[in-house]
Amino acid sequence: MTTLLMIGTRKGLFLARSDDRATWSVDGPHFAMNAVYAATIDARPAASGGSVRLLAGADSEHWGPSVFRSDDLGASWQETEGGAIRFPAETGAALVRTWQLVPAGADQPGVVWAGVEPGALFRSDDGGESFSLVEGLWEHPHRERWMPGGGGLCLHTVVPHATDPDRMLVGVSAAGVYRSDDGGKSWEASNTGIDAWRMPDQRPEFGQCVHKFAGHPDRADQLFLQNHGGVYRSDDFGATWSAIGGGLPADFGFPLAVHPHRAGTAYVYPLVKDEHRMPPDDRCRIYCTTDAGESWEPLADGLPQEHAYVSVLRDALCTDDADPAGVYFGTRSGEVFASANEGASWTSIVRHLPDVLVVRAAELP
Amino acid sequence: MTAGAPAAVRVRVPASLRAYTGGEPGVEVDLGSLGEKPTIGALLDHLATTHPDLERRLRDEQRQLRRHVNLFLGSDNVRDLADQETPLSAGTEVAVMPAVSGG
Repeated sequence: MTTLLMIGTRKGLFLARSDDRATWSVDGPHFAMNAVYAATIDARPAASGGSVRLLAGADSEHWGPSVFRSDDLGASWQETEGGAIRFPAETGAALVRTWQLVPAGADQPGVVWAGVEPGALFRSDDGGESFSLVEGLWEHPHRERWMPGGGGLCLHTVVPHATDPDRMLVGVSAAGVYRSDDGGKSWEASNTGIDAWRMPDQRPEFGQCVHKFAGHPDRADQLFLQNHGGVYRSDDFGATWSAIGGGLPADFGFPLAVHPHRAGTAYVYPLVKDEHRMPPDDRCRIYCTTDAGESWEPLADGLPQEHAYVSVLRDALCTDDADPAGVYFGTRSGEVFASANEGASWTSIVRHLPDVLVVRAAELP
Repeated sequence: MTAGAPAAVRVRVPASLRAYTGGEPGVEVDLGSLGEKPTIGALLDHLATTHPDLERRLRDEQRQLRRHVNLFLGSDNVRDLADQETPLSAGTEVAVMPAVSGG
């Protein structure tokens, strides 16, 4: 079985492949000098006899953003017509960057969601060939008051509910979590319990600087969230959130990923808040909870434990779908670490890349 | 201009954009296809029809020039002239140049 790892960097996309998750071959860069913030491996078409589709959102500092697709596992790439994502003229907005590409559930085989900057959600019904603006969120009365985070006003996280296609959550920096229960027609802020940093009111309706959140399909209402400060859990699909970061050496950080098979297991990469933003004790460690945040365990075997000043961006940590699960993360200093045993031990699989922005992995059918 | 030849403007593109001009170093556009008052904006509107993948690399979907794209007429950046209202005349060459930016 071959595992494919997509590595989006500030200067292009790299593809790593392995038959044993121990030795890897890496090719690239694809889309050189394009920042690749969004990448996804959409295996749903394979279930109906089609090809696994790779999607990448690439943006050139000079020539603008586009969505690209590959139906031959990255051997060739085709640009979508018109770049696929464009704001309607009447919005007055122009696409800066695609931050997130997320296939919907298997019961919606053509649906792909795109989170973009400036903060908006787009929907595709043709596997990512074309997208249309989700107007219900764009027209939300809060949007005019959303403030951009350090990365821009980006919609960076899309989490469809695992069993109810009408329900979904999105995350916007620094506006927070928004929830729809009617397929995206209407939205409401969903930040109850999450602290807002650098705001006069620590618990506003919106304005939280949410960095990443994710859930497990076997426990559809449970989510884990890495905030600008604080790690949280929701057991009611985002209606309320509770802090679970007490067992971490620092509760600041950017990425968060969940185990592909075990609900209640999640991974984060703590950084010392807020002006430091490097790992505690200068040691590179992923932290894992297997009990939904009651306790956390450092995972450090094989990772640099002295003078390690590396940070990991919000989408640069992921798991694959194998058993035992693989866990992967890429650093802003261009190194990618992989674990084939759920984080128990790690190896460096590639170094000296540009800053890693996103990693996504899957076993190929 | 050659006597009797149709009046045209030429858009010269850098190598990184030649994938969108059929490999050619530029695109020639008949001035008459740009309406009564040929301008940079009218030229780009025309390219949106004939070379849409090129045009959208120069302007965003709100028809604004991308921030790091410069269009020169001779040594003049159109941003220092009348931007997209800058008039064009027969024989003008419009040079597309990416700004010196990025790391």
